[in-house]
Amino acid sequence: MARTAETAQAPDTAAVTEVVRVRVPERGLRQDLRAVKIVLHRELIRFWRDKLRMVSGLVQPVLWLLVMGTGLSSLMAGGGGPAGAVNLKTFIFPGVCAMSVMFTAMFSAGSIVWDREFGFLREMLVAPVSRSAIVVGKCIGGAFVATLQGAVIVLLAGLAGVPYDPVLLLQLLGLMFIGAFALTGFGVMMAARITSMQSFFGLMQMAMMPMMFLSGALYPLNGLPAWLTVLTRLNPLTYAVDPLRHVVFSHLDLSPQLLRTFDPGVTWGGWTVPMWLEILIVLGMGFALMGVAIAEFSRAD
Amino acid sequence: MPDGGPAVEVVGLTKRFGDVEAVRGIDFTVRPGEIFGFLGPNGAGKSTTINMLCTLLRPTSGSARVAGYDVVAERDSVRRNIGLVFQDPTLDGYLSGEQNLRFHAELYGVPRSVTGARIRQVLEMVGLWERRGDLAQTYSGGMKRRLEIARGLLHSPRVLFLDEPTVGLDPQTRASIWEYIRQLQAAEEITIFMTTHYMDEAEFCGRIAIMDSGRIVALDTPEALKAGVGKDRVRIQTADDAAAIAAIKERFDLEAVVSEGAVTFSVASGEAFVPRLFAELGVPIRSVNVARPSLDDVFMSFTGSTIRDAEASASDHMRMAMRAARR
Repeated sequence: MARTAETAQAPDTAAVTEVVRVRVPERGLRQDLRAVKIVLHRELIRFWRDKLRMVSGLVQPVLWLLVMGTGLSSLMAGGGGPAGAVNLKTFIFPGVCAMSVMFTAMFSAGSIVWDREFGFLREMLVAPVSRSAIVVGKCIGGAFVATLQGAVIVLLAGLAGVPYDPVLLLQLLGLMFIGAFALTGFGVMMAARITSMQSFFGLMQMAMMPMMFLSGALYPLNGLPAWLTVLTRLNPLTYAVDPLRHVVFSHLDLSPQLLRTFDPGVTWGGWTVPMWLEILIVLGMGFALMGVAIAEFSRAD
Repeated sequence: MPDGGPAVEVVGLTKRFGDVEAVRGIDFTVRPGEIFGFLGPNGAGKSTTINMLCTLLRPTSGSARVAGYDVVAERDSVRRNIGLVFQDPTLDGYLSGEQNLRFHAELYGVPRSVTGARIRQVLEMVGLWERRGDLAQTYSGGMKRRLEIARGLLHSPRVLFLDEPTVGLDPQTRASIWEYIRQLQAAEEITIFMTTHYMDEAEFCGRIAIMDSGRIVALDTPEALKAGVGKDRVRIQTADDAAAIAAIKERFDLEAVVSEGAVTFSVASGEAFVPRLFAELGVPIRSVNVARPSLDDVFMSFTGSTIRDAEASASDHMRMAMRAARR
């Protein structure tokens, strides 16, 4: 503090005399790309700084995997179901990955609300760049951060009896990125409207719990009662979780019967939705939600 | 900006929030290289005006050009040519001082070849080069404000807008911020447009516009404004205040009041009046003090109230209207 006052009173006059002049270029695509990159970069810096967040993001998935997974496994083994050859932990592993990515993506999107509360959003909104550059940067940045968090969970694959196959790990990361992108888009869209952290997280909690329970993250989606079947098919998260499970099970050596039980895929009235279409649905959702977010931020004047 | 053109040119600028007219058709011109102050109580419409000039708010009617560009039609050009320091902090506390500036440089498209040198220069100018690696959240209030000033300057704007740059800072820090602002103006050939509700700070400005209830009630140099008031403030200590007040009323036809333990009244050319006062008052005088009019008196003479009183009445309903309009 004392040093501050001292430097404040005797400013470095020598430095002031020679002025580095800056000419700011006209706004264009190159400028907007630079803006996307720096907004993204800031998300990564902040994620990296916040080690506590990375660790706390691990707690929930580990609880699901080790505690719930182990606990329910013994129940199923006792019941003598078809679970015998498949560890329940393996089954919920893709679901746990999806959940972890989902929570991190929402947190990242929530940083827009934080930015607004602490004024930093204003610094971004008055810059001579298009608002869409800022929203795109936020969405991609959030997706990156969520995938990084997901990567930490993927490292736990061994605990769930999932093999460390490099191809499988890459597929998981890629799928997680796509899912995270869509979820960040959803979060950013909400954040455009909501001005307080409390209501944002309250609302997110409200949206996320049903989405998670109806996604097939924790139970297979075949043989459900009709009402639940309809709800799970309407849930976008379903199409993000299923490909994750599919790639995990395609790397396991299982009988067709077990595969049918544990990796039934998503069906629309008897027709199994192919994985490429599921990915397309999630990507489409992501772009659509991001589009709405861009429209909302461009209007906010 | 066309050479020799005004830095800011405002014609009939109006902003309405619902039923409340926050800015009621103001006109003024700021010359390049000037330090131009906007003075007035909270709720007078200063921030609304500055937000319109910075392209953050659309005027209801009227027009404004900043650095030669129209604030509505040429928004991006205006944005490229202005620097902003807001009333409320807009730093990312989880980034270091230097990272905050780097973010700004990228966002404003500062050429990479000069970014490093320019960041160093502005940080040195505000005395934060040594602290560049520390997170902004560890900075004191004054340091944060200095970092924001450095950031506002980073892209070499033609006009720097400072909205209450010293509000909430201790007097010593306020003084040092002013030191920087004046140096800056000399070094960067920049026009500075600022708002303040501290009377003493307005004295540093080249010209001042006094704003009250959405209108500009006076615009001139601080000296001219004070001279325009035409009266000095005389304070005397007497043996009998009541008798002195009665005598002043009777002999000189002036209204005096007891304020802060002294008999106080206003009179033209106060120093020349003092000998007459001693000769004719008839009540023993123990001490006398003659003060030149301050900008407080100027504000009082134009608006009929002190800046503090005006603030209390104006801020409540104006703030509410602003909040409703802001998202």
